[in-house]
Amino acid sequence: MSGLSAIYTIWYRNVLKYVRMRSRIIGSLGMPFFFMVIVGFGLNSAISVPGMEVNYVEFIAPGIISMSILFSSMFSGVQLVIDKQIGFLKETLVAPVSRLHLMIGQTIGGATTAVIQGLLVFIISIAIGVNLPSFSGILISLVFMFLIGLSFTSVGIAFASRMEDTHGFQLIVNFVIFPVFFLSGALFPLERIPDWLSFLTYLDPLTYGVEGMRYGMLGASQINPLICFAALGGFLVVVLLLGSFLFNKIKI
Amino acid sequence: MELIKVEHLTKQFGDLTAVDDISFSIREGEIFGFLGPNGAGKTTTLSILSTLLSPTEGSATVNGYDVTTQKADVRRSIGVVFQDPTLDEELTAWENMDIHRRLYGMKKSQDKINELLRLVELENRKKQLVKNFSGGMKRRLEIARGLLHEPRILFLDEPTLGLDPQTRNHLWDYIRNMNRERKVTIILTTHYMDEAEKLSDRVAIIDMGKIIALDTPGALKEQLGGSVIRIESNETTKVREKLADVDWLKRLSLHNGFVDLTLQNAEKRIAEVIKMLNEVTIDSVSLKIPTLEDVFLNYTGKTIREQEASAKDRMRQQRKAARR
Repeated sequence: MSGLSAIYTIWYRNVLKYVRMRSRIIGSLGMPFFFMVIVGFGLNSAISVPGMEVNYVEFIAPGIISMSILFSSMFSGVQLVIDKQIGFLKETLVAPVSRLHLMIGQTIGGATTAVIQGLLVFIISIAIGVNLPSFSGILISLVFMFLIGLSFTSVGIAFASRMEDTHGFQLIVNFVIFPVFFLSGALFPLERIPDWLSFLTYLDPLTYGVEGMRYGMLGASQINPLICFAALGGFLVVVLLLGSFLFNKIKI
Repeated sequence: MELIKVEHLTKQFGDLTAVDDISFSIREGEIFGFLGPNGAGKTTTLSILSTLLSPTEGSATVNGYDVTTQKADVRRSIGVVFQDPTLDEELTAWENMDIHRRLYGMKKSQDKINELLRLVELENRKKQLVKNFSGGMKRRLEIARGLLHEPRILFLDEPTLGLDPQTRNHLWDYIRNMNRERKVTIILTTHYMDEAEKLSDRVAIIDMGKIIALDTPGALKEQLGGSVIRIESNETTKVREKLADVDWLKRLSLHNGFVDLTLQNAEKRIAEVIKMLNEVTIDSVSLKIPTLEDVFLNYTGKTIREQEASAKDRMRQQRKAARR
């Protein structure tokens, strides 16, 4: 019981801080918005998606939503680096709660804010003309949004556990984030691409998130949604363990 | 009753022994001060007692709980105010208190939070973000927060470091009040002599990881055997020769540029001493009623500031070792 209340407390703090930073919320909507509008409409007439009856804007919308969740969840790890710097981490470490619960609270908190961010981009995509999916489609999308959010928040926390300064953290995360995004098939179909690229794409865990989102939003995907769920779920378990392990090793 | 019992506690960081086989116990209701230069091992000891570090050897119990095997029970028994701030400055004072309450699994306790904020005179600022607070206000908020879960023991690590004299005095009053009115046992570390002397019921003087003396401030000073006449002179060895056979001198210690004479009724002997030193060039003579600084000097042969300079090297070593 006290474990749950600790998880809730850390989650609550993250959400409270997120809601308070309106400029950050608006600011981080910029990139997905421009991607969707400019890249989406810009290439809409030039690209037809093989094997799927959707236009390019619809095709990339789930990918852009995944991107914004990827970015905010990875960067939410910076809170841990900041907590080390401002000392707040000590306040939580000296409380009668286990580190595992603190880490889980931090992960769910970061994932929640990332999913809110994703939902805002979802609303933008509907506003610019993507068809509103069915209710079950929305639910499926939400499941994958949370899976992406939880996984990459764990990755962010794993990095943050080892880092002492925020600039270093941002550099490392940027270094990781861009290949993960571009290889995920968020912007291009998985068929008719060179073998080496295809291989890398299937290695990228975000691919399964994007494809799962596509299934939810468009009703069709190139990878079976159950495989997506299993692959991303497996990745989540691995990075959660890694994140907890590294969080446990933080010295103060 | 003994609230804290420490036996043969040792903590090593690599090759460096930060805490070296110390034993002591702290009674319920007292204010116990750790006095020593930076890097002496005070914070390390406190970190072990608050379960943030594990001892290399030895044992410690807090409120009857073992610090290595019963961490959660120990943590519930203590409140900690660290040397560096640990507040979330982007949140308000009230929110910082509220998050603390939740972390300690307490029920909603608006009244309690308000009462504590009133105690540290921050009640009318509770809705303000902590980043707008002054250093003294932050420290007060941390003390209030540390008391929220009604710990029996409050650890204060250098509570007035970096604060101006007025704020320090103010904070001392708070600390005394907490101790008297709320019956909280307080353990504080400090490298300020006056702080240890004014606040503590008992003081442990710690240097190079060892407790070198432990008693009430009064008893520690009495051990010195009276007051000190300090004679500043370039001819310190000559001073020693002249006073070699005086039987009422308890102690004569040579330092760089001055000689300290320890004796009872020093004020009545000054004239006599000066007469005996008539062939020595004396720059100045001063009479010193002993302070804890003298106790430290007596035990270590150095002033606390001299010791701090060498301790800086130790701390650098320690930080390196901790990072490994």
